[in-house]
Amino acid sequence: MTDETANQGIPDPEGTSAVIDTDFEIGQSNVEGSALGLHFDIHNPVFMISGLSIIAFVFYTIALPEQAASVFSAMFDFTTKNFDWFLILAADVVVVFTLLLIVTPYGSVRLGGSDATPDYSYVGWFAMLFAAGMGIGLMFYGVSEPLTHFSTSLGETAVENGLRTDWAPLAAATGDQDGAVRLGMAATIFHWGLHPWAIYATVALALALFTYNKGLPLTIRSAFYPIFGEKIWGWRGHVVDTVAVFATLFGLATSLGFGATQANAGLNELFGIPMGNTTEVILITAITAVALISVLRGLDGGVKLLSELNMGLAGLLALFTLIVGPTVFLLTFFLQSLVAYVEYLPALANPFGRDDVNFSQGWTSFYWAWWISWSPFVGMFIARVSRGRTVREFVVCVLLIPSMVCVLWMSIFGGTAIHQVLTDNFTGAQDAELPLQLFKMLGELPLASITSFIGIVLVIVFFVTSSDSGSLVIDTITAGGKVDAPVPQRVFWCIFEGAVAIALLIGGGLAALQSMVISTGLLFTVVLLAMCYCIFRGLQSERAKM
Amino acid sequence: MFTRILTPVDLAHKDRLGRALQCAADLARLHGVPVVYVGVSASVPTAVAHNPAEYKTRLSEFAAAQGAAHGIETEAHARISHDPATDLEATLLKAIDETGADLVVMASHVPGLADRIWASNGSRIAEHAKVSVMIVRDAPA
Repeated sequence: MTDETANQGIPDPEGTSAVIDTDFEIGQSNVEGSALGLHFDIHNPVFMISGLSIIAFVFYTIALPEQAASVFSAMFDFTTKNFDWFLILAADVVVVFTLLLIVTPYGSVRLGGSDATPDYSYVGWFAMLFAAGMGIGLMFYGVSEPLTHFSTSLGETAVENGLRTDWAPLAAATGDQDGAVRLGMAATIFHWGLHPWAIYATVALALALFTYNKGLPLTIRSAFYPIFGEKIWGWRGHVVDTVAVFATLFGLATSLGFGATQANAGLNELFGIPMGNTTEVILITAITAVALISVLRGLDGGVKLLSELNMGLAGLLALFTLIVGPTVFLLTFFLQSLVAYVEYLPALANPFGRDDVNFSQGWTSFYWAWWISWSPFVGMFIARVSRGRTVREFVVCVLLIPSMVCVLWMSIFGGTAIHQVLTDNFTGAQDAELPLQLFKMLGELPLASITSFIGIVLVIVFFVTSSDSGSLVIDTITAGGKVDAPVPQRVFWCIFEGAVAIALLIGGGLAALQSMVISTGLLFTVVLLAMCYCIFRGLQSERAKM
Repeated sequence: MFTRILTPVDLAHKDRLGRALQCAADLARLHGVPVVYVGVSASVPTAVAHNPAEYKTRLSEFAAAQGAAHGIETEAHARISHDPATDLEATLLKAIDETGADLVVMASHVPGLADRIWASNGSRIAEHAKVSVMIVRDAPA
């Protein structure tokens, strides 16, 4: 064989882009082989360290549940109480940064080189980034969060030892029903609008830029090339990737565990299916099994298909609620909520001197840490499906459109529930437990059994779409950025995730590990800010080539 | 008997293809027909190339080198897949149609226990392709 063609310099990609010339070859640190006849191709340090430390943490929380719970909740309190200003400030910085990208000339840089064409249509792309990003949260909080903030805003503020003890946002709107609705909706949208999507967009953009334009492997460490240079292929990179795997797996496993509990509550309410570990384990197993089929069918045949199915179903449910609910009220409510959001945004986003400590620490900081700890997973997934878009198009579609969809969703579901409270004096949804609030609200509308059933299907399928895209992401990171690693590996991660969820559910420790995941959000906040700098540097070199 | 031979190649594991490449070349000479080398890659950077355009260049270079080494006519046919780990077989089956090949010569490992659950790419292509498929195993020990 006279084939000596590999590594003879780098020809131009599709059109111009500033490829980083590195000596590192993708898969260089990988170990390939086969065990029991199944092939594997893994990045050894990252795969082994993250796999073993995940097992160690699960054993720790199950063996010493009380100690683990107190350690992790102390970590969590420390984070949200002492660094609330930092989290709030960092999220603001990221929002301003991404909005600036739309209007500056950097927005014209195309991901994948100047002549790259998009891999996915808008519909498929949008469905996938939404399903991975927050689909499940919208199902649970769409009714409950607007109701909660509305109630606390309406209530009185209380001060004890100079600290506010009520949970109302800002200065509340005691006794003022209209004011409380407006403040409650503004606070809800604040948590689901620009800020979370700006966090996702930043991580996704950093990864897409350094993968598609710079030719580096699709893994979190690549985004830090401008800071660490070639050293990123050593232990610094291993640490970044391992923490990302850790946050992703525990984030997924804990929400899978909680999700099973919540889906169980819904099934109990609707069909009288018994509550308990047995049902929940069956639910996790079923969700994992469907996710498994989805990852085996791959990105197009599995993940994209389910995401589109879910977006269609969610759209139908929202449209149904809008039409059979108080339509005119909801439409004005949407505009009114949007105006309230803009009006209260500066005050809600203010990181310093807040006296609504319970709200700004217990809600806002909690959410920011949660979104940030999910950002490696969601960001990497969005990056994977975003090739061929310009930076401007990317930011508009990952920041502005999802934010508007969230405003619309919260307005329809929260608005219907608030309308039920205000005009029908129906407080069933308000008084119910969190996972049931959506179903109580739907119960007051026609065709309740059908819509509630669709609601449960949506909850379950949103879990599947998080689980399958999460398995793809973890597999890619632990394979050193290879997307074509042997399929049994992603099967392993998918099953592992379900197994961790079941172990935590039976052994206890879901809450403990969730507070630990959120604590890692603080660590990633520093990473997030560094990414803004790296994106800026990366875009600068792209512009220089254009 | 045959008019065009298709040979799937994994540019990241060229060392495992030796016997299949030799076999394809021998058949091509025997029948005086061209060999089309088909490669499937992802749009993200891989061990072989930084982007799809570079991958196409790599595959063309590979095909040209094979042609020179074996004295046969060769072509390259690169396909980009969103998820090559799962879409490989479907992409290869499509490539058979696109190239109009009527014989597939491809490498595969000696089946083991795991193949009972997880069929190899070779066996699935043989199962679904409408054209003749020749699977070239590793040399017997």
